[in-house]
Amino acid sequence: MSGPRRFARLWGGPILFGLLSAVGLVSGLLADGPWDWVSWIGLGSVCAACAWYGLLSSKPSR
Amino acid sequence: MTPRTIRAWSLVHKWSSLVCTAFMLLLCITGLPLVFHHEIGHWLGTEAEPPALAEDGPEISLDEVMATALARHPGLGGMFVSKEPDDDRVWYVTLAPTPRSHEGLRQVAVDARTGEVLAEPSLDSGFLHLMRSLHIDLFLGLPGMLFLGFMGLLLLVAIVSGVVLYAPFMRRLRFGEVRRDRSRRARWLDLHNLVGIVTVVWLFVVGATGVFNTVADLLVQHWQDTELAEMVAPYRGMAPYESTGSLQAALDAARAREPDTKVRFIAFPGTSFSSPHHFGVFMRGDEPLTSRMSKPVLVDALTAEVTDSRDPPWYLAALMLSRPLHFGDYGGMPLQVIWAILDMLTILVLGSGLYLWLARGARREGAPEVAGQGAAAGGRFESAGGTLR
Repeated sequence: MSGPRRFARLWGGPILFGLLSAVGLVSGLLADGPWDWVSWIGLGSVCAACAWYGLLSSKPSR
Repeated sequence: MTPRTIRAWSLVHKWSSLVCTAFMLLLCITGLPLVFHHEIGHWLGTEAEPPALAEDGPEISLDEVMATALARHPGLGGMFVSKEPDDDRVWYVTLAPTPRSHEGLRQVAVDARTGEVLAEPSLDSGFLHLMRSLHIDLFLGLPGMLFLGFMGLLLLVAIVSGVVLYAPFMRRLRFGEVRRDRSRRARWLDLHNLVGIVTVVWLFVVGATGVFNTVADLLVQHWQDTELAEMVAPYRGMAPYESTGSLQAALDAARAREPDTKVRFIAFPGTSFSSPHHFGVFMRGDEPLTSRMSKPVLVDALTAEVTDSRDPPWYLAALMLSRPLHFGDYGGMPLQVIWAILDMLTILVLGSGLYLWLARGARREGAPEVAGQGAAAGGRFESAGGTLR
């Protein structure tokens, strides 16, 4: 695997959920209304990811 | 990363976590009810519940509110009057033997529209007081607060080192992969890595803002010694006022000075948020962001004249803005629920980390710690991962 592809494979997920968290943390603070929804979705996705990978996704590893 | 650097980061991760884990578990457990402190107060009946009126109408005079509160506690004097940011209908009047007393404080919640006494919230007992004290200072005051701040710093070190170690541990695994067909320890390691890395930004922000808030008292003290002292300097050396003028007049003067703001709290003369000659009226904005900031307006306690008003310095502005990011109280009930779930996920990360350390012996019979690396690097990485034991 090439360097960038290896990096994306390793860090793609963490970076995606890191960004979703950051957007979720900030958006609700700056404005109300629809931005609260952005906040709930951003941080909610982190909880959902834990549930999906930790509990539900039970495919054999290889 | 060389085996040597992995080993070094592993040591950092192991020791920073081990030292702070017990306290972080305590903070997670006590923080959980605090996320819902309004709801729990409501449920316990300790929260002031203003009745719904057909029409909210104009507020009664704050002087009347004070008279009502003082009548319930003769012998005490005014210390603070405040309003919660999300409820204009209730004044919380804090009374004390002297303006600087730490003990013997009483609070009376008065309906701002009718003058009815709604509740007398306890300031030093009850379930939420216990949770709050354990969460903030372990009942030890400033030393306890600073101690928890240091534990929080160790958590931040553990988070950073954990992120560094994520790469060597996950090299051969897919994102989110949990090896269910391996040993129990491998499964918990994968869960620890998954939940840890996915929640890392949230936990870092909540941890860092928590650490920041442990020095809040010191920052406020610094502000009182410098900026507030400067604001009241013209009155230095004057004998304290025998009595004070109208509180309502002082509030009106502050509102006239800062027209687009609402009152957050008023400090009576002689407290650390005013001077012997001033009411310290702290006004907040009405937008999501500005509602978190309060600006001091100093009003002469006799003449109700505004003598000074300045924006808070940057460090207090930062402190006030950091609080919602720690409390999770800025996005309604859905955000509170998310905060609680993330709090419980943090307990999972802490608990699984502790388990991985306690069950370190079991690894020898199991699969290599650093997925696949053991074979790839001739066993060297395996021992590197093993230093986490």
